[in-house]
Amino acid sequence: MQPRTIRNVLAASVALGLAVTGMASADPVDDELIIDGDLKIVTQAPAPEHLQDVMDTIWSGWHFREDDTRAMQMDDFDNPGMIFVDRGLDRWNASMGTEDKSCASCHEGPESMKGLRAVTPRVDEATGKVMSIEDYVNDCVTTRMGAEALGMTSAPMKDLLALISMQSRGEIVNVAIDGPAAPFWEQGKEMYYTRYGQLEMSCANCHEDNYGLNIRSDHLSQGQINGFPVYRLKDAGLVTARQRFVGCVRDTRAETFGSGSDEFKALELYVASRGNGLAVEGVSVRH
Amino acid sequence: MTIKGILAFAAMGFAGSLAMAEVAPENVAYTDGAIETSLTGTPGDPVAGEKAMTTASLGNCVACHSVTALEAYPFHGTIAPPLDGAPDRWSEAELRGIVANAKMMFDGSFMPAFYKSGPYVRPGDAYTGKAGTEPLPPILSAQQVEDIVAYLMTLKE
Ligand code: HEC
Ligand code: HEC
Ligand code: HEC
Repeated sequence: MQPRTIRNVLAASVALGLAVTGMASADPVDDELIIDGDLKIVTQAPAPEHLQDVMDTIWSGWHFREDDTRAMQMDDFDNPGMIFVDRGLDRWNASMGTEDKSCASCHEGPESMKGLRAVTPRVDEATGKVMSIEDYVNDCVTTRMGAEALGMTSAPMKDLLALISMQSRGEIVNVAIDGPAAPFWEQGKEMYYTRYGQLEMSCANCHEDNYGLNIRSDHLSQGQINGFPVYRLKDAGLVTARQRFVGCVRDTRAETFGSGSDEFKALELYVASRGNGLAVEGVSVRH
Repeated sequence: MTIKGILAFAAMGFAGSLAMAEVAPENVAYTDGAIETSLTGTPGDPVAGEKAMTTASLGNCVACHSVTALEAYPFHGTIAPPLDGAPDRWSEAELRGIVANAKMMFDGSFMPAFYKSGPYVRPGDAYTGKAGTEPLPPILSAQQVEDIVAYLMTLKE
């Protein structure tokens, strides 16, 4: 009844066959993401040090999408995600809550958020909590504006997230993994390698061991989040990183985690760090 | 008795009668990754096997494997070795073991265990994202495992 290791020549040749298929189509599309003809986005980079024993190069999910999907992201006019950025600006300037203040009342223009997307999630020194942009927004909404917290995946939250993320477009992701972040990073890493659900699959099974290959019609990427929020053609809407995690865990026939859960905060920090070296894409387009 | 009660009772009776002929997932005996005897005693139906192999909520074998004879079903995966000629490489008992729980044959395999009820890490209720209660119903029924094995046996080269 014990599982055993591959024991015979036959099995070895199966493993070899697998490796060979892997080689054949493992290549992400060789292309460059240049937006509106002048803004070059780093979508391929040497793996950060903590990943160097498992991969040499990290790739944005952009490289794994079809030609027409990639093209949509090369022109802001064609990128359906830009509508959300515009809506985010309206929300930024609108007053809300008992304090009757808008984000602009305290932060002036959204440019004040430049750089934030590249370094979050991060651990807040004062509270010791993992903070992503969503968490910061809700902190201001509830403690400084006197309003109800926005739903993690609600339309106003995603609009603001799109707007804030855009301010860092092109900046290189550099999420801290040491110091106060270390325990959360370890927790996220452990989750990344845990085989969840009835299908017993970990993030790594798909996005580390098999990226570049096809699972049915899906071309597997490395599951990077530098492109988030993503405009997903399939959903005709904006998707946050944690929303994506919810779906990926659910699809292993597992009990998934909530998009606001502490577990997914830790996982988001860890997954973000796997993309240290890639550029923030602002709002990207995926199928 | 409430409708729910009647249904549950009927379901129990159904499971009970099947259990007489079927080997439950927790009672399957693996020998070097193989299962020597049929799980049901009823010969597998290769036509039903083909359906289970290509249906996303069932075997979905083509998600990872390609099968030349199943080319009519689009989008075969490239993750796992093609299944053409599988019965030239494996005996029927070995194929039954691989389909029921490939991890018994290939340690740590990426291939899901299709005839297993637990234990799992955060078992879910199918694809709902909600919690499931172990023992989970296996992804494939015992007869579907037999049907798929019967289909695989037709893939001689
Ligand atoms: C009453 C003033 C006030 C309002 C209104 C306000 N904020 Fe803030 N916000 C702050 C202050 C003060 C901080 C800095 C807290 C700190 O540094 O610890 C902050 C921090 C942030 C941060 C983290 C920035 C960083 O670099 O660490 C984000 C993101 C943010 N706010 C977004 C928003 C959004 C979006 C709105 C509107 C929905 C908003 N804030 C409304 C005062 C405000
Ligand atoms: C059964 C395989 C599978 C597993 C397991 C899985 N994913 Fe995915 N994931 C996919 C597929 C398929 C897609 C869509 C194509 C792609 O980008 O890979 C995807 C997409 C993503 C994306 C979007 C990437 C982009 O650029 O748009 C992220 C992020 C992601 N997954 C993270 C995760 C995380 C984190 C886990 C573990 C909790 C996980 N996935 C587990 C299959 C999987
Ligand atoms: C998630 C991917 C995945 C799915 C779905 C899957 N397999 Fe596999 N299968 C594999 C991998 C990977 C191997 C290679 C063995 C290993 O190293 O784990 C394999 C090996 C096999 C082998 C032995 C290889 C050979 O042909 O000699 C057979 C037979 C097989 N699978 C049959 C099936 C059948 C039948 C189904 C559907 C009921 C199925 N598989 C579903 C991934 C998968």
